[in-house]
Amino acid sequence: MATLDIRHLTVRYAVAGGSQCALSDVNLRLQNDDFVVALGASGCGKTTLLNCIAGFLPASAGEVLLDGAPVTGPGPERGVVFQQHALMPWLNVRDNVALPLRLRGVAPAERARTAEEKLALVGLAGSGGRAVWELSGGMQQRVGIARALASDPELLLMDEPLGALDALTREQVQEILLRVWGQTRKAVFFITHSVEEALFLATRLVVMSPSPGRIVRVFEDLPFSRRYLARGDARAIKSLPEFIALREQVLSLIQQRELACA
Amino acid sequence: MLEAQARLTQPPQGESGASAATPKTSAFTELGAGPSTAISVLTVALLLGLWYGVTAAGWIKPLFLPSPQAVWQQFYEYLTGQANDRPLWQHLLASLARVFSAFGLACLTAIPLGLAMGLSRVVRGICDPVLEFYRPLPPLSYLPLIIIWFGIDELPKVLLIYLSCFGPLAIAARSGMKRATQQQLHAAASMGASRWQLIRHVIFPAALPEIMVGMRIAIGFGWTTLVAAEMVAATLGVGQLVLNASNFLRTDIVVMGIFVIGSVAYGFDLLMRALERRWLPWKGRG
Repeated sequence: MATLDIRHLTVRYAVAGGSQCALSDVNLRLQNDDFVVALGASGCGKTTLLNCIAGFLPASAGEVLLDGAPVTGPGPERGVVFQQHALMPWLNVRDNVALPLRLRGVAPAERARTAEEKLALVGLAGSGGRAVWELSGGMQQRVGIARALASDPELLLMDEPLGALDALTREQVQEILLRVWGQTRKAVFFITHSVEEALFLATRLVVMSPSPGRIVRVFEDLPFSRRYLARGDARAIKSLPEFIALREQVLSLIQQRELACA
Repeated sequence: MLEAQARLTQPPQGESGASAATPKTSAFTELGAGPSTAISVLTVALLLGLWYGVTAAGWIKPLFLPSPQAVWQQFYEYLTGQANDRPLWQHLLASLARVFSAFGLACLTAIPLGLAMGLSRVVRGICDPVLEFYRPLPPLSYLPLIIIWFGIDELPKVLLIYLSCFGPLAIAARSGMKRATQQQLHAAASMGASRWQLIRHVIFPAALPEIMVGMRIAIGFGWTTLVAAEMVAATLGVGQLVLNASNFLRTDIVVMGIFVIGSVAYGFDLLMRALERRWLPWKGRG
């Protein structure tokens, strides 16, 4: 099991006439099958944080350690799912999912087998031969998830993967995602700005706030995702009194911060 | 009265199937949507009819505008080898060989160069001023230099066409390099793609639609340069045929030559479009 350690991570962007602090002294630790959700308004540095973990963006100060080794660039042990699906339209669904394996030089038969297996995991068994643009937005994101799983990463990084989906599809993909997580037991770092989604998915919820981007509150040991995996029925969980109470608490926390900033 | 009512209640004959299944619910249509082939065919037919009309009525002298029949007569004689010249297929073959060898060479060199310009600051810095300077020059302006440097054989002819194809292809390839989205590049990088794999599996395929458009534009430039290229001591070639005929004021042969060049170029463009639909069905849907 992988351990991700983020220590005193600070990121400054160069802007006209100086620099802007996008992330200020962020500390976070992910291990085992943590499902960590980062929640916050736009501009709070969620995506910056994910880009640092993925290795797309260098830290200005502090460090990101994966199993003790500093992250210096992107790598296949950290699978990324993007807000727009970022699939390759010139490849069909199966070849998209198999692309990480192809880059690694895995034999075609083995690639196709793994791709079908991952597609089945996200509920798209038998769709391998279809073109990417023929799929609905929800299906495209599931292909993206299958692709991220194909290289068997230790860590899944998800940058608002459900943000562009309609409400019904979104809830459906949330449940698929939790089942995948339950079966693969991978650590997940997930970004959203939906409070309900965050509470439903997370085992740990990190609330972030803008200017400078930082973590303002961490909710540990959220039970709802594991409860869903044990019992199913997402709607029932989302209407539990404790879920609603927590949702209101997080919402007021964010709104308070927003008002303070405005 | 009753009859009229009965007619009103019955659906019109022949329309019951398709139109009943898809009732028209909105007057809104996308701008420019719908097939245009029939309109194109009609336009061409009208133009031909107009051409026939004005020449048959004798409003324009044959020297200024030969009649369609005269042009067709020339085409027939050239095709069957009855004309006082080499048969048409020999001219056409010579021109096709020039245009396509130049175009092929341009594809083999300009596309890699354009890709390199997109990928490397140094290559871009070196090639950009040279390419952008020569590209808008009329081929006729540097034709004398090419003749002085390379003589009057096949080489200068192919070179001239090659140069006219090269510019648009290199520019298309270069700008195509920016087509891959940052998320696609990030995705491939997070799969552990090497720099070469990024180019091979993401950047190049994403550039293909634009390269394909560049190829269509380039071959068009190739055809436009054909006559200039065949000014160089050619004895064969459709461009030479037109030039030669113009020296003798044989406008019927000139028009025939124009039709041959135009039809071949148009036919090739249709072929390229068909290939585009077949190979790049994802174009514009990424």
